[in-house]
Amino acid sequence: MLAFGIRRLTISLCVALTVSIVAFFLLHMSGDIAQAIAGTDATPEQVSQIRVQFGLDRPLVEQYLNWAWGVLRFDFGTSFYFRDQVTTLIAQRLPVTLALGGISLLLALIISVPLGVLAAVKQGGWIDRAALMFCVLGQALPTFWLGLSLIIVFSVTLRWLPVSGSGTWAHFVLPSVALGWYAIPAVMRLTRNGMLDVLASDYIRTARAKGLRMPTVLFKHALRNAMIPVVALAAVQFGFMLGGSIVVEAVFSMEGLGQLAWQSIARQDFPVVQAIVLVLAVLYIGLTLLADILNAILDPRIRIA
Amino acid sequence: MTAQSPSMQAVLPSRRARFDKFRRRAATNPSFMAGLVVLVVIAGLALMAPLLGLHDPYAQDLSRRLIPPIWHAKGTWEHVLGTDKLGRDYLSRLIWGGRISLLLGISTVIISGVIGTGLGVAAGFFGGRVDAVVSYVVTTRLALPVVLVALAGAALVGGSLSMVILVLGLLLWDRFAVVARTATMQVARADYVAAAQAIGCSTSRIVFSEILPNILNPLIVVATLEMAHAILLEAALSFLGLGVQPPLPSWGLMISEGKQYMFFSPWVITVPGVALVILVLAINLLGDGLRDVTAPERRN
Repeated sequence: MLAFGIRRLTISLCVALTVSIVAFFLLHMSGDIAQAIAGTDATPEQVSQIRVQFGLDRPLVEQYLNWAWGVLRFDFGTSFYFRDQVTTLIAQRLPVTLALGGISLLLALIISVPLGVLAAVKQGGWIDRAALMFCVLGQALPTFWLGLSLIIVFSVTLRWLPVSGSGTWAHFVLPSVALGWYAIPAVMRLTRNGMLDVLASDYIRTARAKGLRMPTVLFKHALRNAMIPVVALAAVQFGFMLGGSIVVEAVFSMEGLGQLAWQSIARQDFPVVQAIVLVLAVLYIGLTLLADILNAILDPRIRIA
Repeated sequence: MTAQSPSMQAVLPSRRARFDKFRRRAATNPSFMAGLVVLVVIAGLALMAPLLGLHDPYAQDLSRRLIPPIWHAKGTWEHVLGTDKLGRDYLSRLIWGGRISLLLGISTVIISGVIGTGLGVAAGFFGGRVDAVVSYVVTTRLALPVVLVALAGAALVGGSLSMVILVLGLLLWDRFAVVARTATMQVARADYVAAAQAIGCSTSRIVFSEILPNILNPLIVVATLEMAHAILLEAALSFLGLGVQPPLPSWGLMISEGKQYMFFSPWVITVPGVALVILVLAINLLGDGLRDVTAPERRN
């Protein structure tokens, strides 16, 4: 178990390092950053002054090492636009995105897991077919359009919920539905298939044969085993949601990391973009690592492979 | 083919027989047929757009702004789906927009399919160190947040249609690689691959005439899913203003341009949104159906 954990941790650290290199070099090789900061009508002197001021005249590798050394001490550099610490900016916005992702995931699980179990128990019945149809339809809805449609129905027509912002809990309801929606089909399918596999296994037949009631069998025997892959998928989906929240935050004007990333891309504020790519990637890597280790604890067969 | 012995021909069903079997199974699969019919209609409309006698999708008429669609009390038959904020015919823009979505979906999948399949086949066929490197590259790619990197990429190279296709093609190859790797591993163990190696076939011959034809089915299913994914991503990028640029009639862009009028004229976002849902739904249904149709004989 320890060897498995150490091996997975090492790979995760290497991947994080690679992502940081990719993020840094892609943005820095894209054009003249000093020109981008200075604006189109700056004189050549102003551009070269900015180049020295931000250390952009140094060799790329040296710039990367400087940046990476800073990142290790949670110093992501200075935003070109805000002239402020990137770390501070991220720390201000991260809670909104984490809350949005967390609520969305919770919502998705509350809907998809019971639906998946029900679909598996009544395989081929109308609930099963309706759930599968719902999945296919769910995957075809564009997140941003779903968000806008929710605004039209619930904020404008019914006037139940606010249109945009991220001040109170009510501001999180519609965005969470829009963001959580995308995870429902995947989680539901996995729960359903996991339950089908487990329900067809010998130990469930034994449990039924010795006279246990169906609910006991379902919840004490079947669900626990069927949930192992779902836990891993939920962690991965949480990572996807943090990355995907950029669209939802833009639709609902939420002051989160996604909104900051979107605006920073439009402003060519590279230090912020690069930092957010890295933060989101590291969160995702951490979540998949957690999922793998949880899986290995829950299912001893994985550790050996 | 002529070199094959009679006994081999008896064992392997002919191409014709396999196609007939595929057609029989496909015709009875409701998901496949529904997806196919809708997709053929959309593709037909998109291909024939110049011949349909539609309004010019770029022609502005500021005296006829935001005319509602025909089911609305104030709708007119001249503009069946109404007009947008610049008085451009919405039906015409919708159909021309379908061309963009289909072109983008197909081109993206060609790029990502070649990259992903190449990596996956190499990993599955050679195994060992090659496999380790490819798995590492896939893990790294999965760690990158797709929407954010696509946005940044499109912003860096400039948001023209071909650049959006390139950025998405370079990003969406991961599922191809994973599926191709697993499928290749299974096929590479088959006797006919060992036989081909034994009679001295070159590696490229084995890959192209033994392995690729036999892993094609799952890859086509992945291609449909990724095509749907690419179309949705393009719409999102264009909606955020960093994808396809105006005045091109991309559906995502139409929703973005309609956003400020959606409170009083909700159909400006409903019409392109529903079109997007129908197209993606049809592609997904086709893919789901194809998976069932091409899967080995069902066990139950």
